Amino acid sequence: MCDHDAAMSRPAGMTRRQFIRSVIATGVVSFSVPLLPARGGAAARTAPGTVERLVTLTVNGMRRRVDVLPNETLAQTLRGKLGLTGVKVGCDRAECGACTVLVDDVPVYSCSTLTHSVLGKAILTVEGLASPGGELHPLQQGVLDEQGFQCGYCAPGFLMTALGYLKTNPDPTRQQLAHGVSGNLCRCQDYDKILTGLLRGAEYMRRG
Amino acid sequence: MATVRDGMPHFDLYQPDSVEDALALLDRLGRGAHMDDGTDGPLRAWVLAGGLDCLERFKDRIRRPSAVVDLARVGALRGVRREGDETVIGPMTTLAEVARHPDIRERFGLLAEAAAQVASPQIRNQGTLGGNLSQDARCWYYRGGWPCYRAGGNICYAAAPGAMNREHAVFGARRCVAVSPSDTAPALVALEARLVIRNAARTRMVAAEDYFLGPETDITRLTVLEPDDLLVEIRIPPTWAGTRFHFEKVRDRPVWDFALASIAAAMRQTGDRIDQARLVLGSVAARPWRLPQVEAALAGRPREEAADAADLAVRGAVPLAHNGYKVTLARNLARRAILGQPPGAPSLAMGASGLMGAPDPSPARQTGKEAS
Repeated sequence: MCDHDAAMSRPAGMTRRQFIRSVIATGVVSFSVPLLPARGGAAARTAPGTVERLVTLTVNGMRRRVDVLPNETLAQTLRGKLGLTGVKVGCDRAECGACTVLVDDVPVYSCSTLTHSVLGKAILTVEGLASPGGELHPLQQGVLDEQGFQCGYCAPGFLMTALGYLKTNPDPTRQQLAHGVSGNLCRCQDYDKILTGLLRGAEYMRRG
Repeated sequence: MATVRDGMPHFDLYQPDSVEDALALLDRLGRGAHMDDGTDGPLRAWVLAGGLDCLERFKDRIRRPSAVVDLARVGALRGVRREGDETVIGPMTTLAEVARHPDIRERFGLLAEAAAQVASPQIRNQGTLGGNLSQDARCWYYRGGWPCYRAGGNICYAAAPGAMNREHAVFGARRCVAVSPSDTAPALVALEARLVIRNAARTRMVAAEDYFLGPETDITRLTVLEPDDLLVEIRIPPTWAGTRFHFEKVRDRPVWDFALASIAAAMRQTGDRIDQARLVLGSVAARPWRLPQVEAALAGRPREEAADAADLAVRGAVPLAHNGYKVTLARNLARRAILGQPPGAPSLAMGASGLMGAPDPSPARQTGKEAS
């Protein structure tokens, strides 16, 4: 009975297995077709400025492919998608500095930057400071030698801000450096030792 | 208003790379879907510059645009150039770039100084001049999503009995008492800058003074920008290039904070005599508050002799319950601008005896006070 029904409905000369395969293949193809133009030029042509979701970021010297939502902040991408949890989200409102990273050597609040707006730029997080062999960056070493931080939550942000500032002024006075890192907060109120540590790090950097 | 921590609600993101594409997008999306009653829909497209004024409001669900037009890739909107003797600044130029640009520092140090005092280093690295000029009011009732006049409601929470209004307006308030938060706005009004605004249909140029709106004109916005408008150029004429400038910003902390009050002044002098002056207060009204009566009283007089003209600055001031200090502060800022006294240390230290107190008390009078 069963065989008879199947033989009635499938094209002559086709086995049952071939028939089922062809049905699945047809379904896959017809489902996929509407997706294809959206990934390529057609959408871009109809709406200038439309963004892609699958993008390439340059982070700590590496090119990383990542799926980024249009409403995603750089802090969310770096922490949540790339696992760079040295990027701390303290306030998520550009009011604490813990999320600071360098974008083309300039310190920015990654919590208040859309990931899409930094495509093609070089992003540096605290994970990118130490050498591949594990040797600390001179700025990190300076902070360590002076025991600069208490709890350390704000440390990555301070390090990145200080690094960006030192690129513009490698030999600052204490006052100048304080102004340079004034966009970062430390709730332990450990500023004095932080400044001492960062100045020591700046000295190590100058020595090379 | 509860603070939501799970990121922003979805929006469509557009990143045009030319002004024309941006204008076309705003023409299509700027006013949002039309409602049945013919008004604009609530979910219109939003113009994104540095993001510091708006991303936090998206996170807090105070604003929920359906589309965001990010100007980050429009290279034509960024940079500083000379056209004849005018300095032309693209609105996407960051505040840090404005503060250190040699031409701006040399000819219009007033603007460089104002830009250098905005917020924090990172905010100056990200924030743009156009965004600083066009940012929305910072009244926390409004920012917190309360349905006040500015948000389309029918009450001002900041002027209500028991309200916290230490940071609010002492001039020109009508129903709403929010102030203009921008540091660069008073500087550009003092320099007689002109702003070029485009939409898909036309280009117009407005004086910086007319770019900002008080609540008597439109209570729901601080600038003349319409939803499909784009600020495309900030042009500073040579009128005040190289004259004597004075910029001073008073705030609770030396970094990050918005001004409690600020002053931007440009004065043309012959020796010690002031020939012509422009004085503009910031953060005391919904728009930069020009002081024409002081300017008129200064013309042609030696500055030492003219300092009392500062009293005219606060004529007509109407303080609220907690911001009476702004009246004294505004007068003393005007006085210091006229005299050319160096700005005080921008910190709390000036609170007790400096700007908040009587103008320039002599050491003898101070001693006398303490003795009595």
